[in-house]
Amino acid sequence: MTHNNDIKRRSFLKLTAAASGGLVLGFNLMAGCNAPVEKIVQKALPENWFNINTFLKIGENGLVSIFSPNPEIGQNIKTSMPMIVAEELDTAWEDVIVEQAPLTADFDRQVAGGSQSIRHGWDSLRQAGASARNMLMKAAGKQWNLPIEKLKTEAGFVINEKGEKLSYGELAEAAGGVSVPEKVEFKDPENYKIIGHSKPNVDMNVIVEGKSSYGLDTKREGMVYAVAVRAPAFGMTLTSYDDSKAKTVAGVIDVVKFDEHKVAVVANSTWAAMKGAKAINAEWKGGSGLEDSKDHERKLLDLLNKRSKEPARNDGNFDKAFASADQTLERTYSAPFLPHNCLEPMNFFADVKGDRAECHGPIQTPQWTQSRIADKIGIPKENVSIGMTRMGGGFGRRLYGDFAEEAAQISQKVEKPVQLVFSREDDMTAGTYRPASKYKMKAGIKDGKIVAYHLTEACINGNMYGLIPNFFPAGAIPNLRIDLNNFESNITTGAWRAPYTNFLAFAEQSFFDELGEMLGKDPVDLRLELFEIAKNNPEEGREYSPERSIAVTKLVAEKSNWGKAGDGVYQGLSVYYSHNTHVAEVADVVLVDGLPVVKKVTCAVHCGIVVNPLAAQNQVEGGIIDGIGHAMYGDLTFENGVPSVKNFDNYKLIRMNQAPEVDVHFVKSAESPTGLGEPSLPPAGGAVANAIFKATGVRLYKQPFRLEEELG
Amino acid sequence: MANFSLKVNGEQRTVDVDPDTPLLWVLRDSIGLVGTKYGCGIGQCGACTVHVNGTALKSCSMTIDAADGKDITTIEGLDPNGQHPLQKSWRENDVPQCGYCQAGQIMKAAALLKENPSPSEAEVEASMSSNICRCGTYVRIKKAILDAAK
Repeated sequence: MTHNNDIKRRSFLKLTAAASGGLVLGFNLMAGCNAPVEKIVQKALPENWFNINTFLKIGENGLVSIFSPNPEIGQNIKTSMPMIVAEELDTAWEDVIVEQAPLTADFDRQVAGGSQSIRHGWDSLRQAGASARNMLMKAAGKQWNLPIEKLKTEAGFVINEKGEKLSYGELAEAAGGVSVPEKVEFKDPENYKIIGHSKPNVDMNVIVEGKSSYGLDTKREGMVYAVAVRAPAFGMTLTSYDDSKAKTVAGVIDVVKFDEHKVAVVANSTWAAMKGAKAINAEWKGGSGLEDSKDHERKLLDLLNKRSKEPARNDGNFDKAFASADQTLERTYSAPFLPHNCLEPMNFFADVKGDRAECHGPIQTPQWTQSRIADKIGIPKENVSIGMTRMGGGFGRRLYGDFAEEAAQISQKVEKPVQLVFSREDDMTAGTYRPASKYKMKAGIKDGKIVAYHLTEACINGNMYGLIPNFFPAGAIPNLRIDLNNFESNITTGAWRAPYTNFLAFAEQSFFDELGEMLGKDPVDLRLELFEIAKNNPEEGREYSPERSIAVTKLVAEKSNWGKAGDGVYQGLSVYYSHNTHVAEVADVVLVDGLPVVKKVTCAVHCGIVVNPLAAQNQVEGGIIDGIGHAMYGDLTFENGVPSVKNFDNYKLIRMNQAPEVDVHFVKSAESPTGLGEPSLPPAGGAVANAIFKATGVRLYKQPFRLEEELG
Repeated sequence: MANFSLKVNGEQRTVDVDPDTPLLWVLRDSIGLVGTKYGCGIGQCGACTVHVNGTALKSCSMTIDAADGKDITTIEGLDPNGQHPLQKSWRENDVPQCGYCQAGQIMKAAALLKENPSPSEAEVEASMSSNICRCGTYVRIKKAILDAAK
């Protein structure tokens, strides 16, 4: 394989429209929005492209260009989604280039969120590849005067019974003119040549050679940089501001008030805009709306003693079963607010001219953001374009297009193309945080069995368990009740990687570990026993699969040498289903100077077919390290509405010397794939906490763990 | 504003900026080399790591005044063909997820290997703990460095 430098040149290719009869395709190269094409390819760029369908076009030389429809936040879909198309097209991966698709109605669900891209796209991506293959075969059949049943394909060629070949490149123009098949057959997974075979990240060279591709890398003719001044505390509003000092900062061009309570400093460099923003002298008023974490703590504790009007789930009779139990256990678990801290701070580019806006940047929800920008600046939605750049992390923060709306408002005010940049301090203090929450769990044991289970959730701004009432242990415990309580806050909260379960899983899996201890049962045995009960109880409305749960539990026990890890190694188990994927993790903890250190995490995953194994493994490794890092260190509190942390000097993220070795195993499966961006994160905290208990005898009920305090 | 002169990736550059402007923003906004990333601005995350006279430094924490006359290497200039042993190793290990921190990680690792061509695992960890990877690709970064050091 060679790396052809021709591929690197920015291409403004002549697009040869497919003859009528092909799908309608708005190929829009959107110059400047797409990252450069970077991937090992064998062929040079063709003279002409022939559009075959919404997802792909083929050049006369057989080079295939595939659109990756969804935004890339590091979850590898820009590589793995096109792999699925290429597989069904039956072309060589080395003859494929990938482009980030523009936002268009031609694609369904252009969202990065909920670990759903692969699962949701599975059928449409296969359909795109398989129908294109069918059209190429029809075109060849026409040329040879043979029905397509007599033809086969291989690595970019249609082949007839005599062994004669026509390349996809030779057929591309004609294929555009044949009818689109109504129904196509998909390949048997046994015959996959691309899916299931690791392919390097298509943006690898962009990343390791430092080429422009992220939102913050945007440079445009006439572009100015903006930094905003926002209220220092949640609940404050702007009363007045003095920009005289800011305007003396070299490079500052303009200062404008926008979005009612914000001020933007616009300058000819990022640094000048940052300096200018610091020089704004603003007056704010607070009043009674300034919240404090101490008050949150009290309110959440109160809510744990309340029952909701309608329980989210209510099986059997918890109260009766609990009252007649032989043994009971009640525990409360507490989680703090968390900022997302994408390493690329929030930013967006907007160029508003009259009733049109050209916007682009790192956004998980381009579609929603398009509408929000249109509403905010009062122009028709059709006049707002949104380009998707590669993102320096998302973790849920980039679901919310507040920063894009801000960029558009500022551009509209200053009548210039604007790049809005958040400083790290802006990013951490103007967040949409994972809300603080508490769980109270109660269980009753009768005759050696868990017969009663009651979970009460207390949360800020909405509830989480309400969306997942049919997760484990639904179906495994006969008397089960879920109560949800919350209070509203003016602190903006939202989805944070694995939104409903990132903390809940720690609470639940710690609680079951403690129940196992009471029952005198090995944690693996207890999980298997409960999953067996669920399996034999064809309960309606149970969302997880007991069979897959059993498979991952058994696999992780085997791969981690469960129970045989050796002297000085303490193991903890956690098994958790989220985002349609089943995961089991075993943490190995050792004591160093009396303090527990996580040495290794073994992980078993059931996600159906693994599309891109090396990248899939990467997601799982990262999710575990992220989960451990935030369980151990992540903390954000509020005092009078002011966030307690602003930058990485007092907000701790996990670093290399604290990250364990991770050993990942996938359950072999030919079933449709599910996502991996989130599911390995939730179980990590519980696995570590349960191992720490084994090592020290201390149970952890709060995040962050604060081991030195807990262990005295 | 004042004129400053520095060598960036072998090329002599003159920029007219405020003396307190961090080298990071001179590279990104004045010179247009955007491979060096902004992460925190206070020298905590390492996304902006470059080589200054051969030593890995966080370019957000060095003013242009202090960088005047120095020899700077950024990720774009690490190897003319992008074939530094670490870049190759990064490709082979499929290290990145979002990729945003990786230029800084590579620059930090390149300085480490220059000083210590065969570091132990503990030495890699100690050196690389200056750089945050929010996606948690640490296992692969470590392996890629150890592979390149072989």
